[in-house]
Amino acid sequence: MTTALLPSLAESVPVIETAPADGVLSLLWLIIALPALGAAVLLLGGRRADAWGHLLGVGTVAGSFLLSVLAFVSLMGRGAEERSVSQHLYTWVEAGSFTVDAGLLLDPLSALFLLLITGVGGIIHVYSVGYMAHDPRRRRFFGYLNLFVAAMLVLVLADTYLGVFLGWEGVGLASYLLIGFWQHKPSAAAAAKKAFVVNRVGDLGMALGVMLLFATFGTTAFAEISAVASEASDAVLTVLGLLLLLAACGKSAQVPLQSWLLDAMEGPTPVSALIHAATMVTAGVYLIVRSNFIYEAAPVAQSAVVVVGAVTLLWGAVIGCAKDDIKKALAGSTMSQIGYMMLAAGLGVAGYAFAIFHLLTHGFFKANMFLGAGSVMHAMDDDVDMRHYGALQKMLPVTFLTFAMGYLAIIGFPGFSGFWSKDKIIETAFSENLVVGLAALLGAGITAFYMTRLMLMTFFGEKRWDKSVHPHESPKVMTVPLIVLAALSVLGGFLLLGNWVVDWLEPVVGHAEHHELPVSPLVLTTIITLVVAAGVALAWFLVGKRDVPRVAPANVSVFTRAARADLYGDAMNEALLMRPGDRFVGGVTTFDDSGVDGAVNGTAATFAGMSGRMRRWQNGYVRSYALSLFGGALLVLVVLLAVNLG
Amino acid sequence: MSETPFLVLSAILFTIGAVGVLTRRNALVLFMCVELMLNATNLALVTFSRVHGNLHGQVTAFFVMVVAAAEVVVGLAIIVTIFRTRRSASVDDASLLKY
Amino acid sequence: MIAFWLLAPVMVAAALGVLFARKAVHAALLLAVVMIGLAVLYLVQEAPFLFAVQIIVYTGAILMLFLFVMMLVGVDASDSVVETIKGQRLFAIIVGLLFGSVLVLGVAQVSVGAVVGLEAANADGNIQGLADLLFSRYAIAFEGTAALLITAAMGTMVLAHSERLKPRLSQQEMAAQRMRDYADSGKHPGPLPAPGVFARHNAVDTPALLPDGSTAELSISRVLAARGTVRSAPHLADDIEELTQHMHDDGSSNIPGRPDATPKGPLEGDPSDRRDDGEVQP
Repeated sequence: MTTALLPSLAESVPVIETAPADGVLSLLWLIIALPALGAAVLLLGGRRADAWGHLLGVGTVAGSFLLSVLAFVSLMGRGAEERSVSQHLYTWVEAGSFTVDAGLLLDPLSALFLLLITGVGGIIHVYSVGYMAHDPRRRRFFGYLNLFVAAMLVLVLADTYLGVFLGWEGVGLASYLLIGFWQHKPSAAAAAKKAFVVNRVGDLGMALGVMLLFATFGTTAFAEISAVASEASDAVLTVLGLLLLLAACGKSAQVPLQSWLLDAMEGPTPVSALIHAATMVTAGVYLIVRSNFIYEAAPVAQSAVVVVGAVTLLWGAVIGCAKDDIKKALAGSTMSQIGYMMLAAGLGVAGYAFAIFHLLTHGFFKANMFLGAGSVMHAMDDDVDMRHYGALQKMLPVTFLTFAMGYLAIIGFPGFSGFWSKDKIIETAFSENLVVGLAALLGAGITAFYMTRLMLMTFFGEKRWDKSVHPHESPKVMTVPLIVLAALSVLGGFLLLGNWVVDWLEPVVGHAEHHELPVSPLVLTTIITLVVAAGVALAWFLVGKRDVPRVAPANVSVFTRAARADLYGDAMNEALLMRPGDRFVGGVTTFDDSGVDGAVNGTAATFAGMSGRMRRWQNGYVRSYALSLFGGALLVLVVLLAVNLG
Repeated sequence: MSETPFLVLSAILFTIGAVGVLTRRNALVLFMCVELMLNATNLALVTFSRVHGNLHGQVTAFFVMVVAAAEVVVGLAIIVTIFRTRRSASVDDASLLKY
Repeated sequence: MIAFWLLAPVMVAAALGVLFARKAVHAALLLAVVMIGLAVLYLVQEAPFLFAVQIIVYTGAILMLFLFVMMLVGVDASDSVVETIKGQRLFAIIVGLLFGSVLVLGVAQVSVGAVVGLEAANADGNIQGLADLLFSRYAIAFEGTAALLITAAMGTMVLAHSERLKPRLSQQEMAAQRMRDYADSGKHPGPLPAPGVFARHNAVDTPALLPDGSTAELSISRVLAARGTVRSAPHLADDIEELTQHMHDDGSSNIPGRPDATPKGPLEGDPSDRRDDGEVQP
């Protein structure tokens, strides 16, 4: 029915038809196997592997990167219609009519992700060799990192929703292990637990979604579902879309499941860079783009995605304005940028490609900035408070330059990668809905504000260092990755050259019709740039011109207070969920103690009391026993007579 | 002769014997009340024998007598033994099996 | 039926007597009354064999056994009237009355058909009829009861047997023990003195007199002393003196073979009374 009303819809949703993997692509499984093997060796090898563990960790991911490049090149060599390749590994689940095959799907979307994960991941692995050099558990760290890379690769390469779920859970586990890596710190352990629990809520949506998919379509394979997705009822598709959105919110730290991301900064900085900036948090966006055949048929769910994206991009931006912890400020920024990606993904066929484009550029510049923050922390004795920084430009020149590249990218300075990707998203937003477009525009301005504030507080101004701190530049093993990522932040825009990324992803997301903008693109770009400039100027006046106090002032406006408290996200969670849950559990415990136990003990006590009283009948006197006998005989007699005479 | 008076007499004697068992404390008198009850039963048996016209009741009464004899013998021996050790013939004194 | 109506009240009264008698011996004898009454009722109901057996076995053997044991246990032991168990007497009477009334009512209501009578069954004689049944239908019960009797007899022997806890003393040892007791506590080593004997009395209840005129307590049964039915010898002697005085006032003696002589003191045979001719005054 849907097909008849909107014929263009059916045409624009591509059906996945795959060719078998041959040639170099037959090594597809190896891309996952290498880091998985690395994780196994490093985690099971024990202290014997301490000496060379980190090298193995880097090596496996480097190997996967090489294979990913080969796979990408191989795909490029094929025609546009033949770019979906699948490799069947084995039959995974066989339970009556429910059959799930373990197989891999390589198409333009997953190829891009492969490059991102293994490439940026490899760079961060190299960085970690230097960053974690003094940590006695470095081998274990690399084991966990490899585990993460393997799970993430499973997530993007799986050809069934169940396979995605496997990777989904795997990255959740790796995230938990890595956030709580410094397990002796109670705050780290608590943060890991929080991340896991909040993710669980999202995972619930994923699990229910998978079950509903199976119940509706009888399969969880992308190829098969994409063919028949539009035939399901609107209600089912809407529910599916919302469930998958819930899952994406959990993994990508979108409102309402955003509370874990800032706490996740307890983990080592490479973890924050890899997992909580470039890859894991983007898994939600991947899921939505991959499920485009469902979302295209469920406009209500799509609108929900847009709303979530818009709200989160403003939420994250506001939080980022008031954070003095450099990592938390960057985390708020991540939340906001992923909001942009979700927004784009929710805009339908027009926005999918730009969402992925922004995902890639964000991966570059955010990883760049996180690693740069790590370098700064390394110089400042692991202090994260920006109020203790200042005037680091001269002391850390390489770090400053590379960080500046990332900064210019994120605020959307013309020519840098972020400029291209964010502008495209704001354009698409305006062409669909004015309010959404204005929200995205505002977000850009706030982004400029807080990022400038961060730069000013860290690298410029007066020295506000602790007495014992002597900032020095990081070793080459850390600065070279920074340089590579900075280059990508600058040049990442080439992906849009000749609309390449849009054409590349068209077999996966479909062809978007051209929508007219209310204003011409050039005018829009100018407006955006002016808003960004306004944000930068505001930061300069409020932060750069004034002295930055070393201790955070307590007497602040209500907005600042709200932003410091994460816009009361934690408070709401506690009030809505934790406290009622606590009281409920307390009530259940009390019921168990006094109700159930009381009933059981009461029954026992009743019987004991009764028996205590009844045993007094046995007074030892034969004559009283004889009296009871006599009474009983009387009863029997009466009954006999009653029966016989009555 | 109607059998009812005999049966009534038997009932009365039985009841008196039963109340005696419950009331008397001297072991010997208590035992004698038990014998009274047995005798009352014998009377009833003989009466029924006459009512039904066969001698089964009388044979049964005979057996009751024999068994009562055996019972008295053993019971008195027990009373004597208890009296020897505990120096008391009161039934209430053997009350150790209690709560 | 006359026998019945005569005997029934007696039997009931005797049964109530068993219930209320204070002394155990009285209860036993009243029970004997009941049993004999029952025996007569058996006879009335055409059961002559049972009549005989009831008297011979039940009354004659079993009840007598009761009496023997009563003697062993203590014939003067009597129940106190006070009831020790709370509510026992009250409930016993209530339940007893209820039981009795229910039984009587039941018996009165039930009709078992016409009385057939035992003429046919007793045609060859009651004993033959009984024997017919006993050795045919009830043969095994008969054998079983026989075994029961034997077992009961053996059981009683075992129960009544008492082990010898101390070694049996020989006569030599007993004599030595007696000498030792005399040495320690002055207890008389010889046999107990016989009670005082007077020609005119059964003097079991009269104590013997010691040389100094006091009574010998050991010569009287403890039971009699406890009962307080012991007589005193001097008191008796007063009676005799009074009698003989009356006799001599008459001038003649009614006592054969006795010359007229006045006794001088309570005891004849005062040495100062001896005449020169050596006749000892009796």
